Amino acid sequence: MTPIASIEQLAESYDLVVVGAGPAGLSAAARAAELGLSVLLADENPAPGGQIYRAVTTTPVRNRAILGEDYWRGADIVARFERSQAAYAPRCTVWSIGPDEAAPGSFELGLSLDGKARIIGARQVILATGAQERPFPIPGWTLPGVMTAGAAQIALKSAGAIPSGRTVIAGCGPLLYLLASQLAAAGCQIAAVLDTTPSGNWSKALGAIPDFLRSPYLAKGLKLMLTARRKLRFVSGVTSLTATGSGKLATVQFEQGGRTGTIACDTLLLHQGVIPSVNFSNAAGCAHDFDVEQHAWVPRVDAWFASTVPGIAIAGDGAGIGGAESAALRGEIAAFGAASRLGKLSEAERDRQAAPIRTELDKKLRGRRFLDLLYKPAPQFLAPPRDETIICRCEEVTAGQVRDAARRLGVTGPNQMKAFLRCGMGPCQGRLCGPTVVELIAETRGSTPAETGYYRLRPPIKPVTLAELAALPQTEASVKAVVR
Amino acid sequence: MFRPIADLAAGGELSFTFDGRPMRARAGDTVAAALLVNGITACRETPVSDTPRAPYCLMGVCFDCLVVIDGIGNRQGCLVPLAEGMRIETQHGRRHLAEVAE
Ligand SMILES: Cc1cc2nc3c(=O)[nH]c(=O)nc-3n(C[C@H](O)[C@@H](O)[C@H](O)COP(=O)(O)OP(=O)(O)OC[C@H]3O[C@@H](n4cnc5c(N)ncnc54)[C@H](O)[C@@H]3O)c2cc1C
Ligand code: FES
Repeated sequence: MTPIASIEQLAESYDLVVVGAGPAGLSAAARAAELGLSVLLADENPAPGGQIYRAVTTTPVRNRAILGEDYWRGADIVARFERSQAAYAPRCTVWSIGPDEAAPGSFELGLSLDGKARIIGARQVILATGAQERPFPIPGWTLPGVMTAGAAQIALKSAGAIPSGRTVIAGCGPLLYLLASQLAAAGCQIAAVLDTTPSGNWSKALGAIPDFLRSPYLAKGLKLMLTARRKLRFVSGVTSLTATGSGKLATVQFEQGGRTGTIACDTLLLHQGVIPSVNFSNAAGCAHDFDVEQHAWVPRVDAWFASTVPGIAIAGDGAGIGGAESAALRGEIAAFGAASRLGKLSEAERDRQAAPIRTELDKKLRGRRFLDLLYKPAPQFLAPPRDETIICRCEEVTAGQVRDAARRLGVTGPNQMKAFLRCGMGPCQGRLCGPTVVELIAETRGSTPAETGYYRLRPPIKPVTLAELAALPQTEASVKAVVR
Repeated sequence: MFRPIADLAAGGELSFTFDGRPMRARAGDTVAAALLVNGITACRETPVSDTPRAPYCLMGVCFDCLVVIDGIGNRQGCLVPLAEGMRIETQHGRRHLAEVAE
């Protein structure tokens, strides 16, 4: 692996650029380099690992029991990547992708590192940008002291820090139990876990149990859930949540089976599962479908994780939530696909080498459906019922405003909603309001999220400063584009 | 808001300032993590209503960790590694024309 410390060290172009150094990106880059491709892996974080293996090579956490064996397994994936010939650019944000007009079939990517931007070329691209936590808008979720549960996990892994006061964890999903046990093991004072899993989900998930019983999740998941339940104050069947405080969080109020409770706390950690982060694939023009079981937008990919844009593949949780181990396997398969499209590997050889990995992937994905169905969030947490709840954190747009625009002005989709309310136009570019806006419009108009559609995003997918753009080295083509 | 866990690997410390106040944090922390362990409860004010906000996702998604670092605004504190001597400041609401002209 060749580390890239400054933007000048990047080559003009690569056979393959992989975006994101989580298990998917690391495995894709390593495999592609092993197959003889020139590879760049770029990630905006300072160290490899992605979300699950965040900071696995740099973490100050010494007691391995706190984060669990699954976490430390990431070291092997990073080590394999480090042995490869790929180039690795940490702290490097990739903010645009488009066709290279001078070289049809290839791409131009916009990258920033250390306040400097550059455009480089790529013949193939694998987006391994992973997942984000599903937005969880409740009244008061913008108060300082309210965070995502993943944020606390990131602080623990990368900085060895935990919330210092009374902490409440609220929401649903398999990660919720993992996060609760990791934080408890690290010494965090957890006042309560408020579980919002709708009890009706059990009957919907029953049909998927046979597969789940044979899946690798079962033993792990059950153990986590039982330990968390035994050790912590657990409140199941929570149907409503409100954070209150002036200037910062003071209490969380909840409803359960018709009664209400209030807990004084310093930190409230919210989590209701993860969804693919679609900003990059959407801006790249890849087609997306609404996956009803995962209840999220998912890019449309083929058996090699190639998207609908030729030359762009999407691996890992960004192509649909499958978990860390399947992310790594999907990365490998995407790399085989890219290598064969570049002519480095015959189709027969590609199929032969990928076959055992595919078998492994099928095994890893078995049982996923049960988790998706069981932990589908309740409607009132997807589309907040109270009008005053802020849903767009950037532009401070409320649920009431979105409902009103959908009802009175007849706004039919999220793109039109942008024009009226500016939701999705702040710096986060819809990452934290998109799914909720879709949900609110669908609910108000009596349609489905699939019919409602999603924001149409444009590069740059992250804000780029004018100084960065002004500092772009000028190519003949860019000068012509302006002078003409 | 946040505190280091009991058994941490030894590591260097860096000095920085937040709104002029001197602070220290572990080398290797991001700007957002450094602020959280120093008990900073808010690092920015929103452009619409000037309401205080603090880091929310720590993974580059929410932009509630925006701060001014060494005079440059709109930096995502959760993605920027802390460096010795950094001057970090609260990012106040909307930018005004007068500030831009300065
Ligand atoms: C907050 C959070 C915590 C999680 N914790 C766990 C856990 O403890 N256990 C578990 O089993 N699963 C966890 N998951 C689920 C999880 O994401 C995995 O299944 C796994 O990490 C997916 O791997 P991946 O390679 O697809 O993506 P990720 O591991 O998410 O990696 C994506 C990488 O892409 C980078 N990136 C994204 N956009 C850009 C860009 N524009 N430019 C440059 N780099 C970019 C990111 O910095 C990141 O490093 C978590 C998910 C989230 C959102
Ligand atoms: S805390 Fe969310 S982007 Fe930094």
